[in-house]
Amino acid sequence: MSFAARFLRTGEGATGAVILFALAVLALAAPALFPHDPLSIAGPALLPPFQDWSLPLGTDRLGRDVLAGIVHGARTSLAVALAAAATAIAVGTIVGTLAGFLGGLADEVLMRVTDAFQTVPGFLLALAFVSVVGPSLGVVVIAIALSAWTGPARIARAEVLSIRERDYVASARVIGMRPLEIAFREIMPNALPPVLAQSAIIVAVAILTEAALSFLGLGDPNRVTWGGMIAEGRTVLRSAPSLSIFPGIALVLAVLGVYLAGEGAVEAAATKRRHA
Amino acid sequence: MRRALILLRRRLIGAVPVLLLVIIGTFFLLEAAGGDAVDAYIVSTGGDAGLIEALRQRWGLDQSALTRLANYLWALVHLDLGWSVTFSRPILDVIRERLPNTLLLMGSATALSFSLGSALGIVAGARPGSFRDRLLSVGSLALYAIPGFWLGLVLTVVFAVQLRWLPLAGIESIASGKTGFARAADIARHLVLPVAALGFIYLALYLRTMRAAMAEIWRMDFVLAARARGISRRRIVLAHVARNALLPVITVLGLQSAAMLGGSVVIETVFSVPGLGRLAQEAVASRDTPLLLGIILVSAVLVISINLIVDVIYAVLDPRIGSGEPA
Repeated sequence: MSFAARFLRTGEGATGAVILFALAVLALAAPALFPHDPLSIAGPALLPPFQDWSLPLGTDRLGRDVLAGIVHGARTSLAVALAAAATAIAVGTIVGTLAGFLGGLADEVLMRVTDAFQTVPGFLLALAFVSVVGPSLGVVVIAIALSAWTGPARIARAEVLSIRERDYVASARVIGMRPLEIAFREIMPNALPPVLAQSAIIVAVAILTEAALSFLGLGDPNRVTWGGMIAEGRTVLRSAPSLSIFPGIALVLAVLGVYLAGEGAVEAAATKRRHA
Repeated sequence: MRRALILLRRRLIGAVPVLLLVIIGTFFLLEAAGGDAVDAYIVSTGGDAGLIEALRQRWGLDQSALTRLANYLWALVHLDLGWSVTFSRPILDVIRERLPNTLLLMGSATALSFSLGSALGIVAGARPGSFRDRLLSVGSLALYAIPGFWLGLVLTVVFAVQLRWLPLAGIESIASGKTGFARAADIARHLVLPVAALGFIYLALYLRTMRAAMAEIWRMDFVLAARARGISRRRIVLAHVARNALLPVITVLGLQSAAMLGGSVVIETVFSVPGLGRLAQEAVASRDTPLLLGIILVSAVLVISINLIVDVIYAVLDPRIGSGEPA
């Protein structure tokens, strides 16, 4: 059985895949489904949900279409989270590989830097970075990655330490490969799987961090984000709680989908080991 | 106890370079933010160009970056975190005023998530793979997927707006004149919702760690031996499996302290709890970077201290830890 088949046979994997697939389709199709700018006025202000079928989830304080906001928000949330997670995994793996491969003083320095980044609460670091540099999509991606790269770095280092002494690394040395070539072409690809096993958690935390940043008004002001919509709805929480509740449900679904897919992947990998 | 003290000393020495790196990091962020302490001071007190120049010279801000870093370190050694424009007060005073509320919130939330999480973890881990186990594991994931600030808003809508059972925001009733026990009860009522919002999210972490650790221990020989001796299942679960699985759960206490401090920023903002997290949000909103970086430094010290305490508890509980260390 292939990995994909085993993954889909786990209840978690199948559910997670369905949720993520639906969200990805919505995010990709957003411009076709809702061609108007989601930040533009679409109807009367504070239209309650399930009243007018051209605006199924109603409108916000300024008369903007809530459903269009959620669908367009999916684009921003998922794009930012994926970019941040990819950056964190890439940087973390490179740092971890260097630390584990070089050893000695370089290892000591790199790991103390990793410790320092882990000591500062990640969300505060992201907050400080965005508020110093100024909010834009790219800055938010870096801000989230700043606190997320340490996990991959630790795992990659531990893995490299165990791979470093293997025979194929010794033979690479014998045929005269340069040290950095060995580190990045022979060792790093083999240290990657346990790092990737953590990627679901990293993506999920990235989605939540992005949402919290935009909730505090530190997202890109020109984009619709779920966190921003929740903050916007908060001002009319007593009279129209649905404005904050709907984008929150989208957030929970997205994060849950990522977690479930991650669980499914881990389970699928475990069953393979059991059968092998 | 001696083992624990040796470990504590070693960890304290190890924390010094880490803290130094954090300080250097915040210094660079501070430099990148533009504007210096003199700008901040002048904004809140007023003064002319001559005073600005004089102050820059007196505070050594006209010197090279390296000297300024040294001055910054020297000031920190004297517990001088600088001046907050927003509050027109020394940053340390502002932080000291807010810290107890955050510690109260974090402590209560940790107590909630640790006790309820490990209890549910024992229920799940008592029969790994059972229906109950799967239900709790997936249920805890769903809980872990909820953003704290959103959970806070939903709890507010239900319990403060609709049912009116609990106060909407703040840490205590304003000018209530309550003292002693009445005041404590008032604060407790205000803390129910923020503690629930912060605590329920991290509950999953303890539940899953407990469950995973118990699943490992079930396979060990001493559990088999206990079963062979005919000890009741209930006793095996509690006294043999869960008890040994508690150690990794305690490590999580230290590991998640940084995450919880970050989470308290949004929770305190949602519930208007005057703590460190809300202070961070205020610092961002009023562009008071020195204050924000002061909060980061204090948080780093807090995280290091919590981890030190957890390490010591761990060493006291587990006789294997630190027994091989040279005195």
